[in-house]
Amino acid sequence: MLKAVDDKTAVAASIRIGDAQSLSPFSCGLEYCPPARGTWNIVHTGMLIPEVHEIFVCAAGCLRGVVLTAAEMGAIERFSTVAVEEHNVLDGSMEELIIEGVTEILHRLAKLPPAVLVYTSCIHQFMGCDLARVYRILRERFPKVLFTDCYMNPIMRKSGATPDMLMRKQLYSFLEPTEKDAASINIIGNDLPTEKTSDFYRMITENGFTLRDITSCRSFSDYREMSKAPLNVVVNPSALLGAKTLEARLGQRYVYLPQTFGFDETERLLRGFALALGVTAPDFIKARGEADNALKAAAGALGKTPVTIDYTAVFRPLGLARLLLSYGVNVTCVFADGFSSEEQENFDELKRHYPQLLLHSASSPLIRTMERGDGKKTVAIGQKAAYYTGTEHFVNIVEGGGMHGFDGIRRMAELITEALYVKKDTRGLIQIKGMGCGCCQ
Amino acid sequence: MRLLSIEALKRQAASVISTYSADVFGVCSALFELGGMVVMHDPSGCNSTYTTHDEPRWYDTDSMIYISALTETEAIMGDDEKLIRDICETAALLKPTFIAVAGTPVPMLMGTDFAALAAVIERGTGITAFGFPTDGMKSYISGASMAFAALAEKMTVKTEKTPFPSANILGLTPLDFSVNSSAESIKRFLTDNGFCVLSSWAMGGRLSDIARAGGAHVNLVVSQSGIAAAQVLERKFGTPYVAGVPIRKGFSAEAARALKVGETAVAYDGGLGKNAPVVIIGEGVYSASLAASLTMSGVPARVICPLELTAATDGIERISDEAGIKTALDGAVTVIADPLYKPICPEGARFVPLPHEAFSGRIYRREIPDLIGNEDYINAIRKEV
Repeated sequence: MLKAVDDKTAVAASIRIGDAQSLSPFSCGLEYCPPARGTWNIVHTGMLIPEVHEIFVCAAGCLRGVVLTAAEMGAIERFSTVAVEEHNVLDGSMEELIIEGVTEILHRLAKLPPAVLVYTSCIHQFMGCDLARVYRILRERFPKVLFTDCYMNPIMRKSGATPDMLMRKQLYSFLEPTEKDAASINIIGNDLPTEKTSDFYRMITENGFTLRDITSCRSFSDYREMSKAPLNVVVNPSALLGAKTLEARLGQRYVYLPQTFGFDETERLLRGFALALGVTAPDFIKARGEADNALKAAAGALGKTPVTIDYTAVFRPLGLARLLLSYGVNVTCVFADGFSSEEQENFDELKRHYPQLLLHSASSPLIRTMERGDGKKTVAIGQKAAYYTGTEHFVNIVEGGGMHGFDGIRRMAELITEALYVKKDTRGLIQIKGMGCGCCQ
Repeated sequence: MRLLSIEALKRQAASVISTYSADVFGVCSALFELGGMVVMHDPSGCNSTYTTHDEPRWYDTDSMIYISALTETEAIMGDDEKLIRDICETAALLKPTFIAVAGTPVPMLMGTDFAALAAVIERGTGITAFGFPTDGMKSYISGASMAFAALAEKMTVKTEKTPFPSANILGLTPLDFSVNSSAESIKRFLTDNGFCVLSSWAMGGRLSDIARAGGAHVNLVVSQSGIAAAQVLERKFGTPYVAGVPIRKGFSAEAARALKVGETAVAYDGGLGKNAPVVIIGEGVYSASLAASLTMSGVPARVICPLELTAATDGIERISDEAGIKTALDGAVTVIADPLYKPICPEGARFVPLPHEAFSGRIYRREIPDLIGNEDYINAIRKEV
């Protein structure tokens, strides 16, 4: 029912962290979408499983973005659609549409894929679509094809498990119980490969473990080998639901190793990981020293140059801001609409010691008309920060960039220094979708 | 009956081709340059899709296109108040020339009353507001048509006809013409033929020009998106319209003659080849104009239009599903279409890529030609065929 408009909080685009009351400092309202496209979406992530076919069942408006994602990444032959039309909403044919649409697509393909990811949307959720019946019939019709349910339902992004979390859970749903190989470990939930110089990566390989990661699987059978590992490593917080599910379903324990920027926290996590592996933790003195030296070098080179960070670059932007500020780097602004509860300590410390740090909404409607850059040299960490500050000096990474541990901190410091001296084609680079997935646009 | 129904459902499947831009994006594209604020009532995703794939002007133009960021709770509770409040607060700060709200699938399921929303917003802000009942299930033609027709209804004012020959261009969006020189070429075609261009709907156009569009003697409709607006302007101001894109010189002359006659006409009518071996797939007015140009050059061509079609004519087949298009292409010797149609073209048929932003988005943007008055393109095809 419509009521008269009343007055409420004003739309705000930025706030000093000293004045912010919580990890969600901005009111929710209309949202703007900047032209920074490097983060992955559920099409990119699903395509990490070699040989699978994706079928999206949605309205044309929802199909449009995903089909062109597949086309841009050169994977349109592994992608199909079933368009939901108005009559399907009214005549009760939604389940039949999915069943017959998917069946028809599989009949049209030259060769049946080993597995199919079927993505349904918000509309199926609201209509109470009987998906269990849909999948039962599809499995009966195609006994040699594995099916799993995936979701493009952004309306649920603030109601429990987000579509991103569900995607990283369903991504491993084709793994089945099997005999374990005690000397093997998986990294799960990452879109990007982990740097081989990362501390935890080296702990795995230098101690003779077989490491499997979906980003390096070349065939569906390679991917299925991931069932053998007794232990999963999770770096991306959105993959924790998937890790818990695998633990319950396949008995695979998991270790959460988030990308952190505090030296002591990083060492504590890595030592815990060594314990889980059953190996002796390496001496971290050298790794700490190298990270420290790289940070000092970066701080020295930057001088008073303003540095900005956005939430798409790293999972803990406040943690990175805190680290850099502690080395004297002039971090002026963090672009994000809110922060995870994992950042509470970083938030509190920054509030106490650096209250002038600006938090800027990354999607406020007001940011659309904001002046992008004041002509002064700025270094940005992340594509959105680069766009909003109008700089060509930026660290072009998304989702942590595959960096981790002390090695990751060292590498980050080096990339910041490099960004200070080397200009990049911001316009060209940030508009490429799914950075690192092979997209050519 | 059941068998028929299953066959119909199968036609909604596409194994390998793309999807056309949707109605809600058509609204945004049509209104993009006019200083208004357009809100897609959507949870998330529409904003990224439109601004990535359908809007080549996004990086450089600060147009106020937003989403409402609808949540599950708001949808279940039917919380229109929050949407209204968010729009009114933002409008108070950004001061748009008008406000438009357009729907997506979930608001359609909720039964959102967009006309009522617009009325409340207009009362609350004092700014002209439009509500478009799009649902993301129809093509951009439908949405852009609604938007242009609404402008014609609500934003145009009574104006004396100009004392000199004048015209408006209707249905001009990057979804059909991209951001190459096509928009300028169409304007040049009109001025070269003695018409002053009063307004462009809506590339390189201003809302103040659109307001005075009733002063024109004729409207040139360059895509199906402009037909509905042309009909409104014909009713309101008695302005006739001519549908057609001036491509080859000969066809341009036909179009110019039709414009000068000052009677509503389809410039390519009767100019298409029936059962022709050359097939063009694409938007109705553009493809039919190209087909007429080719036919006049001695290369009979027909059209398959997968999109909404109001200015129908002989030689245009309206087929929107992948299997149907594939069947209709049987026997085609040459197919002129967006590259993303290539996988369903007959083996052995010559494929001439003609990228269409509304189908393949930005992928082939650099290769989209300006065909207005482009003899070279027609000659190249004629030579190949």
